[in-house]
Amino acid sequence: MKIRLDNVVKTFETFRAVHGVSLDIESGELVALLGPSGSGKTTILRMVAGLEYADGGAIYFGDENATDIPVRERGVGFVFQHYALFPHMTVGENIAFGMKVSKVKRSPQAIAERVKELLDLVQLGGLKDRFPGQISGGQRQRVALARALAVDPRVLLLDEPFGALDANVRRDLRRWLRKIHDELGITTIFVTHDQEEALDLADRVVILDKGKIVQEGTPEAVCRTPANAFVMNFLGDANRLDADIRGGKAYVDDIAFEASGVADGGGQILFRPADVTWREHGHGIAARILRVIDRPDSRRVLAMTGSGQPVEFDTAPEFPHRKGEQGFIDIRRPRVYATA
Amino acid sequence: MAHNIRGKPPRVGDNKIFRGVLLGIVLVLVGLMIVAPLVVIAVEAFSKGIVYFAGSIADPDTRHAIMLTVITALIAVPINTAFGVAAAWAITKHDFRGKRLLTVIIELPFSVSPIVAGVSYLFVYGLQGLFGPALQSMEIKILFALPGIVLASMFVTAPFVARELIPLMQAQGRDLEEAATSLGASGWRTFISVTLPNIKWALLYGVVLCNSRVMGEFGAVSVVSGNIRGQTNTLPLHIELLYHDYNAAGSFAAASILAGLAIVTLIAKVALERQGAGRVQRPTALAGADSIIPETKP
Repeated sequence: MKIRLDNVVKTFETFRAVHGVSLDIESGELVALLGPSGSGKTTILRMVAGLEYADGGAIYFGDENATDIPVRERGVGFVFQHYALFPHMTVGENIAFGMKVSKVKRSPQAIAERVKELLDLVQLGGLKDRFPGQISGGQRQRVALARALAVDPRVLLLDEPFGALDANVRRDLRRWLRKIHDELGITTIFVTHDQEEALDLADRVVILDKGKIVQEGTPEAVCRTPANAFVMNFLGDANRLDADIRGGKAYVDDIAFEASGVADGGGQILFRPADVTWREHGHGIAARILRVIDRPDSRRVLAMTGSGQPVEFDTAPEFPHRKGEQGFIDIRRPRVYATA
Repeated sequence: MAHNIRGKPPRVGDNKIFRGVLLGIVLVLVGLMIVAPLVVIAVEAFSKGIVYFAGSIADPDTRHAIMLTVITALIAVPINTAFGVAAAWAITKHDFRGKRLLTVIIELPFSVSPIVAGVSYLFVYGLQGLFGPALQSMEIKILFALPGIVLASMFVTAPFVARELIPLMQAQGRDLEEAATSLGASGWRTFISVTLPNIKWALLYGVVLCNSRVMGEFGAVSVVSGNIRGQTNTLPLHIELLYHDYNAAGSFAAASILAGLAIVTLIAKVALERQGAGRVQRPTALAGADSIIPETKP
């Protein structure tokens, strides 16, 4: 099912949560809505579900205008952040619930068969008669997914699907969800504030800030060409140095960086900690090492440039330099943005 | 609690003497204020023998008072239960202006003396009251009759059910209802199969408390009922009447019925609280229990 958001607006009593968001999602696509808290990502998801109504704009499912279709009839599968499993029902009853209340009548045998099928799909075959309180967080997550899939939704929506889980359970479930998605081919949107999760799982990442889309694209596109400093910062650790932009060049302490297309005036260059080489002599921005932090696979160096701006970068564990030493930092893949 | 070798209590604040004194004060007060009066009721009720006790209960006026009390409860409790559920539902699952104010107003009867409630009903429905003349011309009798008794009882017990449900339903949030709706359940279906099972113990508890208060209400009812023996006397009013008649044994016999009700309520309360414990939580509250069953890797 193709989904289209056309200039969707949502205002809550005190603040505007979503400002005119337009988005096209292809049938069978797996899309991540990524943003910090308060960026409006969950509100967008809930509007697609019909749990919130848009104040302006329209939401299309295929060619059908779904903006005013109530959630009951919208045909979406929604997985809640905290799963919202019915605590008084067994795992099997939870999964069967949607089929039991459906307008499409199914025989008890048909429902039982489908429950078994879904339990196998989410690999929880033996847990049919357990209560949600008796299974682990990761298992609850999978029950919630099976329950959402039971109603044959046109769209699957997941709100922070791995938010409440341990780091290693998260990674496993992530890969597994991708596999399920590929098997079923159902259009899926999920919300996350974790960039690693979004990049790992999604075909396309939509990055939101303050209720607006700031960039959308494949994980590769958003990683390699972040649209602005916010995206660059949000996707991972980044250093930021103030720069002067003059005639297509950005100058930091007299070192010039390519900045074609950026307007003259105040600017900034951003770069990843891994994109720095430390030199004792030669080309680069003068800096002094303040501290060296050891990590299992690298050393993180905290330094200060000649003009007093902090820089952090990663080096090999064998990095021989110490606190107080002077040198030069050579920056690869810098990104230059005008100061907003 | 054993003291360690340095003669200090095992934990801060766990001083043996202090604990003993504290417990002693509580036990003495409980004995004097709660246990002794209940024992007196039981003893006095049977002071002239079981036959006299049975006779007192069988007295037509007493039987009428018991009947009236039961009828009042049968009307007031279901209405207040419905009211309580509706109020708790509205307040916890919907947003609207004046929500706080409504919450405060619902709890008002807790802080208003029942006698004030009774008197205010006199002003509203009495002959000289607001609606008095209109009601009289339509020959509707509210005061000094069953409707007045029911209304006064309902006023006093209005908050009981809502009060039990609101904190619970607030803690539960809206997730479950949203989940049920997104799966295609109607509002009614969601209430019956999702909301109700998760509040049933708190609801029952509220109903039990409401019932015991309706049956025991004295102040408000005494003002609006007119206290007519054998006609508008509920059990608590009847007990007072018997007492003023110097019929101590009869009065205590009737009182023993109310005391018995109190004990049944108490047992029900304990049982319900035990049932409720651990069941009222939703999965979010159980998030810490992730390690109950080892994770099977997908």
